Amino acid sequence: MHLILVAVVVLLCSGLFALLWGGKPSRANFLGVGGALLGCLIGIVPAAMILWTGQTEAIHWAWPVPYGSFFLYLDALSAFFLLPILGLSAVAALYGSRYLFSYRDRKNLGAAWFFFNLLVASMALVVLARNGVLFLLCWEAMSLASFFLVTFENEREGVRQAGWTYLVATHLGTAFLFILFILLSRGTGSMDFDGLTRASLPGTTAASLAFALAVIGFGTKAGFVPFHVWLPEAHPAAPSHVSAVMSGVMIKTGIYGLLRTLTFLGPPEPWWGWLLIGLGLVSGVMGVLFALAQHDLKRLLAYHSVENIGIIGLGLGLGVLGMALDQPVMAVLGLGGGLLHVLNHAMFKGLLFLGAGAVLHASHTREIDRLGGLIKRMPWTAAMFLAGSVAICGLPPLNGFVSEFLIYVAAFKGLWSSSTTLAAVAAIGGLGVIGGLAVACFTKAFGVVFQGEPRSAQAAQAREVDWGLRIPMILLASACLAIAFLAPQMIQLLRPVLEVMTGPSGEGLQNAISVVMYPLRSVVLLSALFLLVLALLAWGRRRLLAGRPVVEGVTWDCGYARPGARMQYSASSFAQPLTRMFNVILRIRRQGQEPHGFFPQRASLRTHGDDVFRDGFYAPIFQGIEWFMLRAHNLQQGRVQIYLLYVAVTVLVLLLWNLR
Amino acid sequence: MNPTSFSLPLAAVVLAPLVPAVINRTKAWFAGRQGQPLLQGYYDLAKLMGKGAVYSRTTSWVFRAGPLVSLACVLTALAVLPLGGARPPLSFAGDPVLLLYLLGVARFFTISAAMDTGSAFEGMGASREAQFSALTEFTMLVSLAALVKLGHLPLPAGVEAGSPYSLQGIYASLTATMWMRYGTVLLLAATALMVAVLCENSRIPVDDPTTHLELTMIHEVMVLDHSGPDLAMIFYGAAMKLWILCALLAGLLIPMRSGNAWLDAGAVIGGIFLLAVAIGVIESCLARLRLLRVPQFLTGAGVLAIVALLLAFWV
Repeated sequence: MHLILVAVVVLLCSGLFALLWGGKPSRANFLGVGGALLGCLIGIVPAAMILWTGQTEAIHWAWPVPYGSFFLYLDALSAFFLLPILGLSAVAALYGSRYLFSYRDRKNLGAAWFFFNLLVASMALVVLARNGVLFLLCWEAMSLASFFLVTFENEREGVRQAGWTYLVATHLGTAFLFILFILLSRGTGSMDFDGLTRASLPGTTAASLAFALAVIGFGTKAGFVPFHVWLPEAHPAAPSHVSAVMSGVMIKTGIYGLLRTLTFLGPPEPWWGWLLIGLGLVSGVMGVLFALAQHDLKRLLAYHSVENIGIIGLGLGLGVLGMALDQPVMAVLGLGGGLLHVLNHAMFKGLLFLGAGAVLHASHTREIDRLGGLIKRMPWTAAMFLAGSVAICGLPPLNGFVSEFLIYVAAFKGLWSSSTTLAAVAAIGGLGVIGGLAVACFTKAFGVVFQGEPRSAQAAQAREVDWGLRIPMILLASACLAIAFLAPQMIQLLRPVLEVMTGPSGEGLQNAISVVMYPLRSVVLLSALFLLVLALLAWGRRRLLAGRPVVEGVTWDCGYARPGARMQYSASSFAQPLTRMFNVILRIRRQGQEPHGFFPQRASLRTHGDDVFRDGFYAPIFQGIEWFMLRAHNLQQGRVQIYLLYVAVTVLVLLLWNLR
Repeated sequence: MNPTSFSLPLAAVVLAPLVPAVINRTKAWFAGRQGQPLLQGYYDLAKLMGKGAVYSRTTSWVFRAGPLVSLACVLTALAVLPLGGARPPLSFAGDPVLLLYLLGVARFFTISAAMDTGSAFEGMGASREAQFSALTEFTMLVSLAALVKLGHLPLPAGVEAGSPYSLQGIYASLTATMWMRYGTVLLLAATALMVAVLCENSRIPVDDPTTHLELTMIHEVMVLDHSGPDLAMIFYGAAMKLWILCALLAGLLIPMRSGNAWLDAGAVIGGIFLLAVAIGVIESCLARLRLLRVPQFLTGAGVLAIVALLLAFWV
């Protein structure tokens, strides 16, 4: 436990030192990255040990703040979230050391590393904190640190806008958390988590209210639809290693908060599970649909985070429903699948954002339709991005499949009991649709960015990034492969975590885990068989082609021998059949000039896939608030006499009130 | 583990190229032609395996990996594919998901290989394949879920039950009694699966494998640039995929569960060839749908699958 504190102190101090040496970029860079790596590696040790041994550790110090105490507690649930938080942050810091260095002339790297290390430390403390005040403090530090990281390139208008949206959204979410913690601590008068139990809430209504508050408050951070609007704005605006951390682990603190709240609330109500399944289904399908319509590589990835949070929501929803209806197998497998997807998503989404960062670094554009042919110029980045794409589509033999497989088995289990059949159908059908559309989206992203011919000079001039950026991607891709092949061990590792959620019901838990042990071993076996068959086929073809003519020519284009780069299918044209099919939801706007006459001179077409929730739901509300505030502005005349009149009237009203 | 379970993949490996040949012969018979010899598929494979290869300069290693991955996927999927009541080499809870997702991997790499050529035609085919397969994957998952939802009846002697959420478990329970009791559900699921078979194997009315215009193709246009052994692997992989999906449908349509695995498997293999004849008849009698109509056709199949699942819920 004290090692964790050491890690946090190392992170904070190194950040501070980096800030102090901000004038010397290389020293600030060294201090920031070195501290982040050291801190994360120190912190991973106790987290892994807790998961391994299943024990818990605590620190409880007095803190002279009303209702506050410095109460940290490391149990399996916290440890499970700490692993990806510290692991991905370390890899991202490694990547950032090369990535940020190209900004050394324009930006204060010391400040960037200060906020990065502060973000990592606060994320770690969020999952450790066991006191409401401390939790909210760390939560706020996490939000603010990430806000300053998002606005790193604040000279650009779009980045400032994105940062502003993020700041408003995250504080609205936090407001709900304030109410939640006040509600939870009402009974005992203490904000320490071990005192927050269902006992302090009279009746199921209050517990349900607390759950709803948690879903809104934590769901805003996690990015459930319709609370996701900040996510596709903020994540693309940040530097890529920060996007990786935000998308990979920061939004997962929302999932952590939701799970932690569930442990306070005792046995869940069935409708909580239904709500999570509904939110998960909507987030998953909407997320991937909006992703399909994007032209910006990082924005596309950000929408896929919404999709993956949806998949996590489906798993957790099945789990909560299973707990509520006393179906331990569905509960354990649903929760297990959701939790494992938290880890998996951190790995492959981190990998994809780092890949997108490498593309941006090499070509200076995120516009998918201006890229192309990068696989020839950046073979390493392309291969790693491909691995990430296969993983995020949930395809074997990588890790995304394992967690989705667990959720599928949970849903199959749920099919058999009539009270959960509809939930199971939603999960199976939802995962099917999400999976199919994700394949469409990532074949589009990979195909248009990396394959074919370059569509612009920027893409043609791109060069492979150096090892400093490549190694982090290789590490994450290896993690994706390793998790897939260690799937049975992973579920054993999850055991103590699941115990925290479902309570120490040893028999049911072990029983549920043993239900999937054989299937997971078989999946691993078949994945290995697949790779073996692949290798044999490759070897066979090599033998066959040895000594035979293998010629290179032009691509067959109906006999047209001079295909140009602009004749290729673009990202928009690839996605067009699907986006048109779902235009009811997407509402894509088309602008442009259609070609006229026999010899058309100029034609253009632009499509915009804006977020319907942002434009259709939040924009009117905020415009209404703005309208009201402008009216209220009339009160402010800037004359002392009028203000004195206000004071006099107020005093008069109060006096009259008192007289009554 | 018994010899029958290992002979199922072996039968697929040997017999798969016959299925497209049967479809061709049926179509030839309808058109009044004599048609290709039944072994033409094998001759074509042998010829292509003996050739060199031509690759486009635009392409990368993904293009060369595409056919390998696709074939490796369908070959691996054979490990969990039951033929009616006959047990596959490996069977475990959730294996229907693995089978469908392996087909998903094959699709991912087929599409990626098509995008690798930089050709507008292949991009077009890839885009359509991505759209249509997203719809059929949903249909197949939901139909199989409907079959999982059924299956409570006691099994005939000698039929191995398998895990209730495995393909083996699903197909072992699909007896004649099941057809009498839940005929509507099974018929709806079978119809939905039939549409999936037609779409996934690029058959009329979704796609026309014999068309000559690149603009109207879906699957064929994606493999235009492949040649030699690569093309052989693609043809063989396509035949294998046809075999797998036909086996899923034939196992449902032929409720023979005698308890003798050889007999059951033989009946389903017969069913696969009967399905090939049926596909030939459909191809001879129908025209290809307009491309804009195809999503409606596929969505309709998805709706049938959902109705099947809901009915399975109520009965």
